[in-house]
Order: sequence, then C-alpha cells, then structure tokens
Amino acid sequence: MVTNVTSFGRSGLYDWVVQRISAVILLIYILFLAYIFISRPDMQYQEWRALFANNAIRIFSLVALLSLCAHAWIGMWTIATDYLTPKMLGASANKVRFGFELLCLLILFVYFVWGVQILWSI
Amino acid sequence: MLVSVYRYNPETDLKPYMQEVEIELPEGKDLMVLDVLQLVKNEDPSVAYRRSCREGVCGSDGMNINGVNGLACITPVSSVIKNNKLTLRPLPGLPVIRDLVVDMGAFYKQYEKIKPYLQNDEPAPAIERLQSPEERAKLDGLYECILCACCSTNCPSFWWNPDKFVGPAGLLQAYRFLADSRDTHTDERLADLEDPFSVFRCRGIMNCVAVCPKGLNPTRAIGHIRSMLMERAT
Repeated sequence: MVTNVTSFGRSGLYDWVVQRISAVILLIYILFLAYIFISRPDMQYQEWRALFANNAIRIFSLVALLSLCAHAWIGMWTIATDYLTPKMLGASANKVRFGFELLCLLILFVYFVWGVQILWSI
Repeated sequence: MLVSVYRYNPETDLKPYMQEVEIELPEGKDLMVLDVLQLVKNEDPSVAYRRSCREGVCGSDGMNINGVNGLACITPVSSVIKNNKLTLRPLPGLPVIRDLVVDMGAFYKQYEKIKPYLQNDEPAPAIERLQSPEERAKLDGLYECILCACCSTNCPSFWWNPDKFVGPAGLLQAYRFLADSRDTHTDERLADLEDPFSVFRCRGIMNCVAVCPKGLNPTRAIGHIRSMLMERAT
C-alpha cells in the first residue's frame, strides 16, 4: 500500500472511477454543444442566452464544469507525481510539486467559481 | 555486421559510451542476438552481460535490442537488424552495474511486495488442495512469466515511479494469486493494491504486451485486478 495525502480521493480506485465518469459526462456535454452549434448555424445572441437561461441547461453545464475540475485535478496530480519527483528534480522536488499542485487547485477553484457566476448571471 | 554495444564500467568510466565492433556472420545461418554477443566477447572479453539457459527460460539476458526490449537468446538477428547494424543497450530505467548488466533490485522489490506465494488459512488436506480443470485454466497466461523484466523496464510509469508502481510483471503475478481458487487472502491482496500508485499508475499503453518474450498480456491482468477492486468496493 502506497499512501499519498494529496490525491483526489486518497484511493486509486476512487480517482479512477471519478476520472472515467467525469470523462463520459464531458463527452456527452461536448456532443450536446456540438449538436447545438451544428443544428443552428445562424444562431444569434438572444437565442444563445435563452438556451442558458433554461435551468436544466444550467445544471447540465454545472455538472460538466464540476466534472472538468475533478478530471483536470486528477490528471494534473498524476502528471505532477510522475515528473516532479525527487528522482527527477532532487531534494527540492516535494516542495516544487506541492507548489504546483496548489497552483493547479487555485486555478481550478477560480474557474469553477467564475463559471458558476457566469451561468447564474444570465 | 556492425554491432554497437553500450559500455559502462563505473570504476573506470566517467560516463557510458557505445563501442562498435565489426562481426563476421557465418554464411547461411541466422544467429540469435546472444550468439552475436558471444562473438563480440571473443573480440573483447571485457564486455559484461548476463546469460544462462540460452533458450528463453531463465530470463537472464533481457536487454534493449535495436530499441526494443527482448531476450537476446531467442531473438533472431534477422528479425531486428536495421541497415546491417545491431545496437545493444541495457534494459532502460534500472541502474547499470556494468555494460549490459542492470541492478534488478527495484524490480524484485515490487515482486516481493505482491506476496508471490499461495496463502491459505484452511487446514491442509491429507494429500493436496484440488482444483477443477476450469479453476486451473484461469492460471494460464499468468504463471508462465519468467521475470526477465522486459515489460516493466519498457513501462514509462515504472520508469517514473519504480518505488511505488508495482509494474506489469508484478501485477501479472498479483493477478495470478488473485485468480487462484486455492488462495484465501484475496481481500488482503486487493486492499494492498487499492492506492493511487500500485495498480492505478498503469495508463494502459500496452508497452508491456508489445515486448513480452513469452507472449503474455499484463494489461489484461491489470484490467482484471481493476474489475476485482471495483466489485469489492461496490
């Protein structure tokens, strides 16, 4: 058993399941957006606005945004624990990795709050 | 034929270098890479490499042959040669002791971690623990591993985290004991593998499957372990 305090769920299985489920949600959301763009080639701002004023679409977008944040965090954490290690960077690696992870978390948190603000300001 | 061999003696060399040796191949014969190495050693007896059974059973002579990991003793020169040149390097990712000889310590440590032996708490029967032919068939494609390390040293996840990720060879054996109907420690074994590194550092790129000299499929075994972990947790 290898322990790591900074992973998403502190369990490889949990992270793996979240990664897969969030990927499926993002795929469905991207296909949905693609369908909207392709089916309405001459869509105007008013129509776009009306679409996102619908509560169901807002909730769907929020789920996609949450999925994106969880998915990105697990991915960035994996990249950090692959490449920002004492084997690659020497003694300072743990500090560098922790800083990188904090920065990723901060960016994702800002994106999330900003996204919620955009969705509910319509 | 030109043979380029990785040379490094930490006692005398500041850094590794490639030594080129011109070898005259006998007419009408397709030698194995190990035979070519022997011819190189005839030219320069200081070349160091491991070998034993010379027939793909002991797993001693795993090395990187023209960029691909394999057993030198069962790799015909004709199947790997490019531009009449053969390049031999040690298995990647493990510390070099000398020339083509690597320190397999990290690899064996991961193998040890998965407890590669049968664990059974029930009292031993008078003669032996029986299995049905179907139960026995589940071990096919798992028990044949010879621990040559060709797969694990071809795996980027093992290169980056050799101390945390068990690696394809170890996980193939982990599943060999998880699948064994006579083993009663399935739950403890799975609990030891649930963390973010031991199994889940595998990203399924199948580099292990591509190079296994015995034609085994560690990626499939890892998939089975994931399914067992999933079933245990839901």
